[in-house]
Amino acid sequence: MMVTPVVLSFLFPLMGTLILAFSAGRLGPRASSVIGVGSVGLAALATLWAVMGHGGGTEGVTLWTWIAVGDFQPTIGLAVDGLALVMMSVITGVGFLIHLFAAWYMTGEAGITRFYAWMNLFVFSMMLLVLGDNLLLLFLGWEGVGLCSYGLIGYYYQGLDNARAAFKAFVVTRIGDVFLALGLFLIFMELGTLDIATVLARAPELWAEGSATANLAALLVLGGALGKSAQVPLHTWLPDAMAGPTPVSALIHAATMVTAGVYLIARLNGLFLLAPDVMLLVGVIGAVSLLLAAFAALAQTDIKRVLAYSTMSQIGYMFFALGVGAFDAAIFHLVTHAFFKALLFLSAGAVIISCHHEQDMGKLGGLWRKLPVAYGGFVVGGAALVALPLVSAGFFSKDEILWQAMAAERTGLLIAGLLGAVLTGIYTVRLILGTFHGEPGSDHARHPEPGTSVFTHHLPLVVLAVLSTFIGAWIYPGLGGLFPEAPGDTVETGHTLLQVLAMGAAIAGLALAGWLFLMRRSWLDNITDKGAGAGLWKLWHHAWGFDALFDRALVRPWQWSVRMLRFDFINLFMNLPALIARAFNAGLVRSQNGRTRSYAVVMVFGTTVILLALALAPGGGA
Amino acid sequence: MILVWLILIPFLGGLLCWQAERWGEQAPRWIALATMLFVLVISVLLWLGGNFSLPGNGESQWLLEWRVDWIPRFGIEIHLALDGLSLILVALTGFLGALAVLCSWHEIAHRVGFFHLNLLFILGGVVGVFLALDLFLFFLFWEMMLVPMYFLIALWGHSGSPGQTRIRAATRFFIYTQASGLLMLVAILALVFVHYSNTGELSFSYDVLRGTDVPEPLAFWLMLGFFIAFAVKLPVVPFHGWLPDAHAQAPTAGSVDLAGILLKTAAYGMIRFALPLFPEQSAAFAPVAMTLGLVGIIYGAVLACGQQDIKRLIAYTSISHMGFVLIALYSGSELAIQGAIILMVAHAFSSAGLFILSGQLYERIHTRDMRTMGGLWSRIPVLPGFTLCFVAASLGMPATANFVGEFMVLFGTFPSAPVVVVIASVGLVLAAIYSLLLMQRVHYGPEYRPGPLKGPDAREYGMMLTLLVLTIAVGLYPQPLLDTTAAVAAPVAELFTDGADLAARAGEVN
Repeated sequence: MMVTPVVLSFLFPLMGTLILAFSAGRLGPRASSVIGVGSVGLAALATLWAVMGHGGGTEGVTLWTWIAVGDFQPTIGLAVDGLALVMMSVITGVGFLIHLFAAWYMTGEAGITRFYAWMNLFVFSMMLLVLGDNLLLLFLGWEGVGLCSYGLIGYYYQGLDNARAAFKAFVVTRIGDVFLALGLFLIFMELGTLDIATVLARAPELWAEGSATANLAALLVLGGALGKSAQVPLHTWLPDAMAGPTPVSALIHAATMVTAGVYLIARLNGLFLLAPDVMLLVGVIGAVSLLLAAFAALAQTDIKRVLAYSTMSQIGYMFFALGVGAFDAAIFHLVTHAFFKALLFLSAGAVIISCHHEQDMGKLGGLWRKLPVAYGGFVVGGAALVALPLVSAGFFSKDEILWQAMAAERTGLLIAGLLGAVLTGIYTVRLILGTFHGEPGSDHARHPEPGTSVFTHHLPLVVLAVLSTFIGAWIYPGLGGLFPEAPGDTVETGHTLLQVLAMGAAIAGLALAGWLFLMRRSWLDNITDKGAGAGLWKLWHHAWGFDALFDRALVRPWQWSVRMLRFDFINLFMNLPALIARAFNAGLVRSQNGRTRSYAVVMVFGTTVILLALALAPGGGA
Repeated sequence: MILVWLILIPFLGGLLCWQAERWGEQAPRWIALATMLFVLVISVLLWLGGNFSLPGNGESQWLLEWRVDWIPRFGIEIHLALDGLSLILVALTGFLGALAVLCSWHEIAHRVGFFHLNLLFILGGVVGVFLALDLFLFFLFWEMMLVPMYFLIALWGHSGSPGQTRIRAATRFFIYTQASGLLMLVAILALVFVHYSNTGELSFSYDVLRGTDVPEPLAFWLMLGFFIAFAVKLPVVPFHGWLPDAHAQAPTAGSVDLAGILLKTAAYGMIRFALPLFPEQSAAFAPVAMTLGLVGIIYGAVLACGQQDIKRLIAYTSISHMGFVLIALYSGSELAIQGAIILMVAHAFSSAGLFILSGQLYERIHTRDMRTMGGLWSRIPVLPGFTLCFVAASLGMPATANFVGEFMVLFGTFPSAPVVVVIASVGLVLAAIYSLLLMQRVHYGPEYRPGPLKGPDAREYGMMLTLLVLTIAVGLYPQPLLDTTAAVAAPVAELFTDGADLAARAGEVN
């Protein structure tokens, strides 16, 4: 029976949240950590149980009917299939390691109870997102993770910048969510159901391939996915979201929540296959995002921002895979990315804490001997990120994506993907060299305090490092049977050629970076210091100026209209009757001035008018 | 007879509170609390014992009915009736009434007895509005709510910024609602006289007047009279001018009642009277009403973002939320109307929560100006967490009742008016903006003034927790409410589609 472990897997985190939230400060930091980490650990065990007990196919259970009015019958119901189990394993497995690491990272921080309450609530919401058997329950999880992301980005509430970053993240993703909501309205109107399995069964029956409705529905769902997964043009929130504690960045803004969009599109694959134009758009957006973000990552100085742009870039690869119809490849990359990006973020966290919250590459450097565990994490994670051939997890998944693009004969996308691979190599080398090699840039970097806890510091890093190697690629079960056939499943010609190309791109990137940063350092600095090079550097540093554009095009007009309307002009309009009454009042008050002379004048005038009226009236005066 | 008691209990309790002041300050509070809890318990018992399935042909749609002649020569009766919708709203009145008493426990220190007299008289009037079926009686209760509310704002209110005195706010509230009530009275009388000239029978009875055949241009004007009367109270932009002032200047209990219940009397009036009395005209008027709803959603949200007074901000969000209700009522979809009813309940909970929270903040820092808040998260325990919960409810986070309501409205309206839904959905983004702005301005950032403040006591904690639990319970399992009101919403939606058909046919004939 599958129900018990599946329900337990999200009930444990929920209970963790409730216990922590209602403790109202009575729990000490240690107890909070134990509850926070333990609940996710139990959830991971329950997931393991569910995976073991899974007999293949889809198993569903309806807990209760959420709302029932006429045809509108969304349920609180779960559907467990291979895709859901893979996602659950990533969420609870990687999630547990990150929670464990957080116990080290957050030592001594105020409000650790609040931190774990949010983190557990996040795991709970994310589990509902992947388990929901209907789109409304999925939407519940979808919004829930957004709220948790808000709470955790703004975790350090005393900084107004953190509050702004949290606000921005929520509002930008909410824009995407509204598109998704509209998509749900459309799907329900057309198909009369929100149950995912039924939607996927009915859509091909009722909608012709490429029909306007199918395109529109897919486009609206895509809008939601873009917001959550930080793809162009709704990506601007992700770099700022790094204001949260680093374990948050690892869990929410790298491993799980930002990949929700990929999950959504993979889950609704049948809907997207009916809309080939939108599929192409998905691929193009993925390619554009991966290139834009890779260039931006080249020019960052904050190690977390490098990783943020790299996340956006890697999710671009996943979108790219979805766009060519290779759903399995996208999920494969989602999984390996969760491993190695979590590793990179946690290693970055280890550096940041060891160096007293220093995260600027200019002020780090020379750490590799002093922080060997974090260095190891960076090297292994970086290798997976650049897809180092054969030994890294990233190689296998990225190779699969590029191969599918080639098999689908999307040459433009393929070239973008290969170029992205070269750029990935460059920025990864720059990140590792800048952080761990060269001269230390500050006293913090000169005297780091390495983490010593075996259980909460070394263990998560080592486990994730192992998963980031080819072992991580091996344990991915493959979901080919769950998805429609991908273009590369049937052909074989050219696969070897592509592998050579992909390896070449990764190695070229590494070599180019080594040459640039080790041999030609001063030349490079010269270029980026002045003239066109400096301008380009600045453009990349600000990620192509999207923030400035949105600021001018949206934020400022909005603020202007808020300022203009603040005094409620419609209401002023409604005050008009009052003003008129007051004017009459003023006039009549003046007439009552107490002077006999003016009363006499008015009386004579009035009498004359009345007499004239009587005299001139038709039939009068006779 | 129990219906009469539902109305009488608050009034009697109010008189008792007034006289009980001589036994000490606490006596009126406890009496008022007991009174409202009594109303709540009665309505919950009625709810548990009632059968709310759709009645078959010829059966009464009312769960309970009570009628007796009042002024027979004009056909005026005391006719009370209760169905699922009125029951839920009466229960809500009892619940929020009890909360209003609780949240003024320390806030109101002078003339405690008279304060509770006014508070309970408002609530008695509201219960009367929800139960009255005779149009004259309905109008009586409609007006009866106003006077004690006026006193509540004028005598126990806060004076805000210069020029924004509580007297001014109270006067403005009174004039707006009085003028709109006059329109309704004219419309009621005209309807009665049309019916008299048709049949020679004077009657104010709902059942009798429903079938009246009103000649065309007049029918439209009468519908408009009812609509405007309710639109002022809902409120619909541009008739919203009284609301921000009244909310900002009223004591917390007044704001809670105003947002939680008084606004709902308007939506109730539309469902009960405006739509069934004039189905064709309402169907024809629907595009205008929906447009007004959209204007309300967007305009209220934009203005909410520009406020510095925390209570004014919440007041403008009410305008935005009620826009959704208005759209739903004129959509002619059962799903949307059911959603509107859920949204009414949800908004009562979430806005009451936010108003009570801002009242609690006021008791601690003596200001409502958000520019002088900031950084409260590190100064007050627990309250920021509750604020975030109610803010999340207000922006329509799933698993809260507000989400269920808003999304049912949007799902239901989409097939008939997709463009309206698309524009209304912009309101969902704006809701996120104003809700989180509140959070950010009040609780985030550096401390404006240092020093810890007192956390909530058991009374405050209990109120917040109850509201929150109810919000989430309705958000996850709204079905009991939906089953209760299904028999009300379905006929209204049907009537509307019939009305649209009739109007279309009339158009063809012309």
